Amino acid sequence: MSAKGRPAGELPPPGGTARSATVAPVTWLRRPVTDTQITHRSRLWLYAIAVLVMAFLVIPTVIVVPMSFSGSQYLEFPPRQWSLRWYDNYFASASWMAATATSFKAAALTTLVATPLGTMAAYGLHVSRFRFTRLIVGTLLTPMIVPVILIGIGIFYVYAKLHLVNTLAGLVLAHSMLAVPLVVMVVLSAFKSFDANQEMVARSLGASRVVAFLLVTLPQIRFAVVSGAALAFLTSFDEIIVALFVSGGENSTLTRNMFNSLRDQVDPTIAAISTIMIVVTSLLLAVSQRFGRKRDP
Amino acid sequence: MPGRGGHARPAGNAAESGVSAAADARDRAAGRPNASLLHRRGRHERLGVLCLALPSLLLVFITLVLPVGWLFGLSLLADDGSLTLEHYRKMLEQPSYARTFRTTFEVSVLTTGICVLLGYPLSYFLSQLPRRAANLCMIAVLLPLWTSLLVRTYAWLVLLQRRGLVNTWAMELGLWNEPVALVHNLTGTLIGTVHVLLPFLVLPLYASMMAIDRDYLKAAANLGAGPVRTFWMVFFPLSLPGLLTGALIVFILCLGFYVTPAVLGGGKVIMVSSRIANDIEIFFNWGAASALGVVLLVLTFAFMLIASRLLRASAILGHADPT
Amino acid sequence: MPRSASLPITIRQVTKTYGEVTSLDDVDLDIRSGEFMTLLGPSGSGKTTLLTVLAGFTRPDHGSLKFGDIEMIGTPPHKRDVGMVFQNYALFPHMTVAGNVGFALRLRRVPRGEADRRIEEALTLVRLSGYGTRRVDQLSGGQRQRVALARAMVFEPRILLMDEPLSALDKQLREHMQIELRQLHDKLGMTTVYVTHDQREALTMSDRIAVIDHGRIMQLDTPRRIYERPANRFVAEFIGESTFLPVVVSGGVATLGGRPLALSAPAGRDGPHLLLVRPEHLHLAPAAGAAGMNVLQGAVTAVVYQGDSTLVQVKLDDGTEIGVRAPSASRGGVAGLRAGDRAVLGLAPEDAILLPDNEAQR
Repeated sequence: MSAKGRPAGELPPPGGTARSATVAPVTWLRRPVTDTQITHRSRLWLYAIAVLVMAFLVIPTVIVVPMSFSGSQYLEFPPRQWSLRWYDNYFASASWMAATATSFKAAALTTLVATPLGTMAAYGLHVSRFRFTRLIVGTLLTPMIVPVILIGIGIFYVYAKLHLVNTLAGLVLAHSMLAVPLVVMVVLSAFKSFDANQEMVARSLGASRVVAFLLVTLPQIRFAVVSGAALAFLTSFDEIIVALFVSGGENSTLTRNMFNSLRDQVDPTIAAISTIMIVVTSLLLAVSQRFGRKRDP
Repeated sequence: MPGRGGHARPAGNAAESGVSAAADARDRAAGRPNASLLHRRGRHERLGVLCLALPSLLLVFITLVLPVGWLFGLSLLADDGSLTLEHYRKMLEQPSYARTFRTTFEVSVLTTGICVLLGYPLSYFLSQLPRRAANLCMIAVLLPLWTSLLVRTYAWLVLLQRRGLVNTWAMELGLWNEPVALVHNLTGTLIGTVHVLLPFLVLPLYASMMAIDRDYLKAAANLGAGPVRTFWMVFFPLSLPGLLTGALIVFILCLGFYVTPAVLGGGKVIMVSSRIANDIEIFFNWGAASALGVVLLVLTFAFMLIASRLLRASAILGHADPT
Repeated sequence: MPRSASLPITIRQVTKTYGEVTSLDDVDLDIRSGEFMTLLGPSGSGKTTLLTVLAGFTRPDHGSLKFGDIEMIGTPPHKRDVGMVFQNYALFPHMTVAGNVGFALRLRRVPRGEADRRIEEALTLVRLSGYGTRRVDQLSGGQRQRVALARAMVFEPRILLMDEPLSALDKQLREHMQIELRQLHDKLGMTTVYVTHDQREALTMSDRIAVIDHGRIMQLDTPRRIYERPANRFVAEFIGESTFLPVVVSGGVATLGGRPLALSAPAGRDGPHLLLVRPEHLHLAPAAGAAGMNVLQGAVTAVVYQGDSTLVQVKLDDGTEIGVRAPSASRGGVAGLRAGDRAVLGLAPEDAILLPDNEAQR
C-alpha cells in the first residue's frame, strides 16, 4: 500500500486539469480575511467608514496641540506663525497658576482619599460574600448614575449651609465621592481574577488579616489599585461641573476657569492649557501602566 | 480567637450551617467548637470585613444621598417655606418647560441614533481585526475618553466656528460657498455630544461582538448563507444586546449632559441640565431648579429600569453560549 | 430521490502551510460515492484542516478538489451545498430548534408548508420529534448534537462532513450515537467524511479509514486491514495496542534475537525491520508450544485483571517488556499465573507482522 493511499490501478488526472485547478497567487485585496472567505476587496467600504470615524474621534484632541503654538490672536488652524506666546501668557498669569495649583492639589488629595477608601470597600465587599453586597455595590456606584448637574447643585446647597463652598476640603470631599465608584469597580474586577486562597494560606501560616492583605494580596492587585488611583486623579483633575459650583475665588480650579473663559470669549491660552492637560494625562497613564504592570514570574 | 463557649443555641443555627442538630449537640457535649458556632463566627468575621466599606458608604451618603434628598425637599417648598406643588405645576403649565424637555429628548435621541450609525460599523471593523491591530485602533476610541471634556469641547468650538477648519476646508473643496453656522446651534451640539458619547457605545458593542463565536458564522455559511445574509440573520441579532446596552448608556448620559451642549449650543440649545444651572446661577430659583432636577433624576432611573428589563429579555433570546 | 443521493470526492495534491508548519502535505484521496470515510489521526495531524478544505473554510495553497466532476477549490463555503456538523454544534442561540433546523430551507426559499414538513421529518429522523419549539439552551448535550445533525441533513446534502461530533458526549451516549449515526448514513446514503482521534470510533463506524499524521495519509484501508495489516509503525501504534521487537532481514530470512522467525508472508527487503506484536495475538502455554509457533521466553512481572480481559506483563529474557492479553474467563492460560513464573509465549506466523524500520516514515 503506497504511503499516499491512492488505490493501485488508479491513474493520476491529466496534468492539464490539475494545473488549471491550482490557485493562482492572490493579491492582498483578493485574499480571504475570514473563514467564510470574505475578501478585503468586498470590505473596502467598511474600512473607509471606520477610518473616517476614527479620524473624527481623534482629530479634536490632536488638533489642539498645534493650535496652541499659533501666533495669531484668533484661533486658527493650521497656524500661520508659530509662537509660544500663549504658554507665556499661561505661565505668567497669577490667576491661571493659582488655578492650576488648586487643581493639582485637589486631584492629589482626592487620590489619597479615594484610593484607600475604594480599595478597602472593594476588599470588604469581595471577601464578605453576603447576598446583599450587591446592593451595597450598587449604592457605591450611584455617583456614576446620577446626572452630575444634580450632584453639583445638591452639594452646592448643602455646602452653602455648612460653609464649605469655595474650600479645598469641600472640593476634595465631593471629588472623592465621584472617584470612589471608579476605584471600587476597577479593584473589584481585579479581585475576581485573584485567587483568594493565597490570602487564606498566608493567614494559616500565622499572618493576621491586615498583614496578609498587605504582603500577599496588595502586590498582586497592584495594577488595579494603581489604575484606580490614576482614574481618581483624572476624575478630579478633569472635573468641571461640581467644581463650577463648589470651587471659587482663590480656590477656583483650572477647569472652572477654563469653562467660564470658554463661555465669555475664546481665549487661545486655553489651547496651551489644553495641551498641557493632554501631556499630564498621557504621562499619568503611561506611568501607571509601567508602574502597575504585573511582572511575569 | 477568644472562645465563646458552647452555650445552648437555638437549633435554627445548626440547620443554617448545614449540619444536623444531633451532630451539633454531640460536639457541644464534647466541648468541641460545633459547626454552627464556627459558622456564626465566620459570619461575624465577614460582617467585620464588610465594615471596611463603611467609610466609602458614609462618604457617598453625606455628599450624594443627603444633598439629593435635600433637593427633593426643596422642590416641594415655596419661597415662604410652606409645602407646595407649585414648582411642578409650573413645569406642566409653562410652555418653556415643554420646549426644554423636547429639546433634551431631541438631542438625546438624535445623538443616540448618530452614535449607532457611526459606532456599529466601527465596532464591527474593530472586531474583525487581528488582536494587535485592534488594540492599536482601540487607542483611537480610548483617546477621547482620556482627554478632558473641556479640551474636546474647546477643540470643537475652534473647528466649527465660522473661520474654523471645517468651514475653510469645506469651502476649499467646494462643498459650500459661504461659512455655515456649525456651532452655537443644534448641529454643533450634536457634533459635540456624539463625539463625547461615541466611545460609550463602541466599547460595550465591541465587547459583545467579540463574544460572538465565529463558528456560528461558519455554520451559517455552510448552510448556504452568503456574507450579507449571514450578517443580518446571525451576526446582527447576536450583537443586539451589546448594541442596546451601548445605545441606552449613550441616551441616559445625554439626558443629563451639561458641559458640551452648554458650550456648543451657545445658549440656543437649552437642555434640562442647562436650565437647572441657569435657574440656580442666574435666577437663584432653587425651587424650580430642584423640581427640574427631580424630574431629571426620575427620568434617568426610569430609563435605566427599562434598559435592564430590555437587556434581560434580549439576553434570554440570544445569549452567545455555543454549547 | 430525483437526483443521486451522494457524490464522490476527489482530492489531488492538496497542500496547506501556515508559515513554517505544513498542515497538509500534497494529499491525494479518493472518497467513493456514498462511502463512510473516516479521517483518523492525533491532534495537529491535519485531519480537521482537510475537512475544512472540503467545507471551504480553508483555502489550500494549491491542489484540486472535486465533488463529482465539479472543481470546488474556488467555491466559497456558502455555495458548496454540503452538510456539516461542528464539534461544538454551533447551534444558533437566538433561534428555536425548528429555526435552526429550517435555516437552510429558509435560505433556499422553500415554501413554509413544505419546510415545516421537512423540519419535522428531520427531527423525527434524529428522534427529536416535537422538539421544534424548544430553545437551544433548554437542550441537553446529546439533544443538541442531534439537532445539529438534523440541521445538516434537512436539505438532503449529498456530502456530509462531521468534525468530531461526539467528542463532547459521555462514553455511553457516544457509543450509542456511533451506531445511530452509522444507521442514518446507511439509510440516507450520502457520502460522509468523519473526523475523529478516537480509533475505536473509527473502527466501529467506517467503510474505510484514512490514517493521517503530519499532513500525510499514512494508510488508507478498511478497518479490518488497518488493524490487522498496518502499513507502518505509526498506524500500528495509533490503532490497537502494540509492542515492537527489532528484527533483521537478510537474504529473505528474518531473525529475532538470532533465531529465525516463522512468517506467513515474504519478509521483504534486507535490512532492519520491526516485528509488530499485539498483546491479544500472543498465546500462553500450552498453545504456545504448538507446531510452527514462534516462541518467546521470559518471566511474568505482573498480572493485571481488567474486567473482560487480563493483561499479563512479561519481561523477556533479552530484557524487552511485552504484554499478553487473554480473556479473563479462559481456563488454564491466565488464571494460574503469578508474578515470577516462567512464561512461554507463542506467536503464530500469520500474526507476525513485519514493518520496515524506517524513521523517515514519521
